[in-house]
Amino acid sequence: MSTRVVIDPLTRIEGHLRVELLAEDRRIKDAFACTTQFRGVENVLVGRDPRDAWVFAQRICGVCTFTHGLCSIAAVEDAIGYPIPVQAKLIRDLMMRTILIQDHVIHFYQLQALDWVNVVTALKADPAEAARIGSSLSNWTGNSRGAMAETQETVKKIVESGQLSIFTNGYWDHPGYQLPPAVDLLAVTHYLQALTFQREMIKLHTIFGGKNPHPNMLVGGMATPINMDNEWTINQVRLDQLKAIVAGTQTFVEQVYYPDVLAIMGFYKEWFDIGAANPNLMALGLAGTWGSGDPNLYRGNRLEPGLLLDGDFRKPVPFDLSKIVEYISSGWYDYSVGADKALPPWQGETNPNYTGPQPPYEWLSDRPKYTWDKAPRYGDKAVQVGPIARMLLAYAQGEPSVVTMLDAAMAQLGIRLEQMNSTAGRTLARAMESVLMAREMQAVFADFAGRILNGDTAVFNPDKWEPSSWPQAAKGVGFVEAPRGLLSHWVQLEKGAIKNYQCVVPTTWNASGRDPSGQMGAFEYALAHSKQHPLTDKDKPLEALRTVHSFDPCMSCAVH
Amino acid sequence: MLVPPPPIWRAGETLGEQLAHAGVSRRDLLKFAGRMATLIAMGPLLPGQTAAIAETIADKLASVKKPNAVWLQLQECTGCLESTLRAGHTSIEELVLNMVSLNYCELVMAASGNAANAALDATNREPHILVINGSVPTANAGYCTIGGKSTETILREAAANATAILAVGSCAFDGCVQAAAPNPTGAVGVRDILTGREVVNVSGCPPIADVITATIVYVLTYGRTPPVDELGRPLFAYGARIHDNCPRRAHYDAGQFVTSFSDQASREGHCLAHMGCKGPDTFSPCPVIKWNGEISFPIQAGHPCLGCTEPHWFDRNTPFYHALPNIPGMGVESTANKVGAVALAAVGVGIAAHGVATLVRRHLRSDDDTPPSSD
Repeated sequence: MSTRVVIDPLTRIEGHLRVELLAEDRRIKDAFACTTQFRGVENVLVGRDPRDAWVFAQRICGVCTFTHGLCSIAAVEDAIGYPIPVQAKLIRDLMMRTILIQDHVIHFYQLQALDWVNVVTALKADPAEAARIGSSLSNWTGNSRGAMAETQETVKKIVESGQLSIFTNGYWDHPGYQLPPAVDLLAVTHYLQALTFQREMIKLHTIFGGKNPHPNMLVGGMATPINMDNEWTINQVRLDQLKAIVAGTQTFVEQVYYPDVLAIMGFYKEWFDIGAANPNLMALGLAGTWGSGDPNLYRGNRLEPGLLLDGDFRKPVPFDLSKIVEYISSGWYDYSVGADKALPPWQGETNPNYTGPQPPYEWLSDRPKYTWDKAPRYGDKAVQVGPIARMLLAYAQGEPSVVTMLDAAMAQLGIRLEQMNSTAGRTLARAMESVLMAREMQAVFADFAGRILNGDTAVFNPDKWEPSSWPQAAKGVGFVEAPRGLLSHWVQLEKGAIKNYQCVVPTTWNASGRDPSGQMGAFEYALAHSKQHPLTDKDKPLEALRTVHSFDPCMSCAVH
Repeated sequence: MLVPPPPIWRAGETLGEQLAHAGVSRRDLLKFAGRMATLIAMGPLLPGQTAAIAETIADKLASVKKPNAVWLQLQECTGCLESTLRAGHTSIEELVLNMVSLNYCELVMAASGNAANAALDATNREPHILVINGSVPTANAGYCTIGGKSTETILREAAANATAILAVGSCAFDGCVQAAAPNPTGAVGVRDILTGREVVNVSGCPPIADVITATIVYVLTYGRTPPVDELGRPLFAYGARIHDNCPRRAHYDAGQFVTSFSDQASREGHCLAHMGCKGPDTFSPCPVIKWNGEISFPIQAGHPCLGCTEPHWFDRNTPFYHALPNIPGMGVESTANKVGAVALAAVGVGIAAHGVATLVRRHLRSDDDTPPSSD
């Protein structure tokens, strides 16, 4: 007899996710991912000036902020055939890599770490031992014995005060926590240092976009002028600040984030055999790849867009954008063509029709429709997107930086390539690509600064700003390899206004419910497909959190 | 090791004692209070005044017991909490976390599901500070549920015993982007649900982190919510228009305008009014406090202000790149200023932002517990 288990709210994610599980003998036998928030941003965009669209679209998410703005602009620029200056592209590249890394760091430390790191056990650690372990992992200057002792004192005071704040009711006595206390203490220290890091790093967005979250952007380029002889523009002071941010970013991800993930996953090696999701992976290239129109017409970071299908992680299959469709068979929507049919995004519809129980309710998934998420599919395939798809696609194409890094990590951990499709593997891939992004940022910044030295200061192309220069009717698509995977925005324009707007978002793919043929999305598959996923204590569903968090869920993105 | 559930209060202990226990020194507290003093006062302070006000704030802070807090995320995008994570000055965020016990906050709390709901229920039963991000869908409760409950129920339950209610961000203010036409879910702000309750609106999409933290500190310092304008926004942050404090204002007065994002005027940092800047119609401290550690703010970085602290800005301020009506370039000073005059008159505060600052300072000097009255 299986037991019903509800996790709602599933915390330490963006937005509102409810997971319903059927468990038996401490194993998960079935799983349903229920996205419980809908806003209707796509419908609000209809009739608007396409130059304004990025402002609306960016509000889809304040965590991967900038990402939806960039994708919207890429789609609109595709529709009206709007080329942008090279320096504007480089600024967008720098901002995109910034949010990727910043988002990954916050995800690991602030959102995911408490699944693996026991804050309370850190009290038992010897600070000197924690410092010694830290020093053995990297040259990070924040690994001193004093830093560890200070963290321990902070935790001690909070625990002794009896007011545990955000640690209230945590699962600190769960047997699943397996780190030595010194590693717990090291990780908690880095949890605090990561907060400082992300505050500093995000200043790159403020310099170019005036604020973060939700920095400003512009169709046709960027609005941030470059003028080395003016105090309000990108000048030498700003270039010096940017250089320091880019350097500091590389230091943190190379010396703290990546070594931490490698070390911590090394203590949880069994998690490379837990949480395998659909063995179909899709990506355009490395993280941060973005562009207007068909991705086959631009190559992302030297790679070809493609898929790895049916568990063959060594043979890429070409990407065809016409195969992307969305189903609503498990989502609270109507389609004019019928509920069991799929629509391609340019012809996509968002007709909400909530047929679930009125709250308060106990259970959703005994009805065919149980989520606000649509179910995107590639042809008839349920695919997984995200850092793992990018890294494995790059590996299959022999990208040297990825092959070197992944081979070294797999050798160190003693795992095979197939085991990367797992709860631990997804976590590792995210940290790995952050290192690659940080190194790339150095090159992009050098290119940007070098062009300024050569007098290239244009950031905006005025040629197509006026609606009179646009076609009467047009459609466009933008793609971004966003923090959580492949993102696309699809726009139709008519007489200078938006006629239709659809977003197919990474978490829309991964959090999707059943399609008409019964295929599960990645969250559900990872939890339930093997029927062996552990769940030791249904009141403390730590193992389920580990697997769901390994996707870095963003529910306001998934349903927008 | 199982940690015992926390008591609501540590009996008899003040916040000062709590902070001392938590390793926060008087010097740290003063530094923080000094920062908050300049923020709350807004206007320029004379040399020496900051330190004196910081002492007062530090004293008051130290005498407050550590309150519990609930931070709700309703229909929203998490941008407001992300903003809070970016609070400009080192240790401010840690201090704020130490000043209140944040027993429920979906984004960062360790517990999930039933354990999280238990923490919420326990805190809701006692007095607490309530911070809300996000709107409430009124067209159908199914548009947003948390823990199987409607958004409205979650909000009402958390508000019942709240001692201060802070609606943070444009969604909690009036529904923001999801309330823009045609408002598919019937999204409304917190004050439309909690009618009859005092709700402080910290507007913005998102608001500046320092304004969010300062509003909480204000409540702890004065034991009441800050004076607000007719829209419920604290005067210390929303008392002046961006246009009043804009570093590009001299170019506006001189008639020097950007007319394309690629022209020479844009590279000289001229006024963005013709590019659609909403600064003349927007009450916000962006040019004063700036963003992300005082690095910049939108106009400084070359983009027009979008007016995100104002009501229904996605409808009222679009198309974004169209110039505001009645701001035709030269000689419009009087027209532009009418915006502010009308708003100030409406709240019965016939004074400028500096006047408010003066009152706050006078209030602090006299150590008077009565609210500063408008005169």
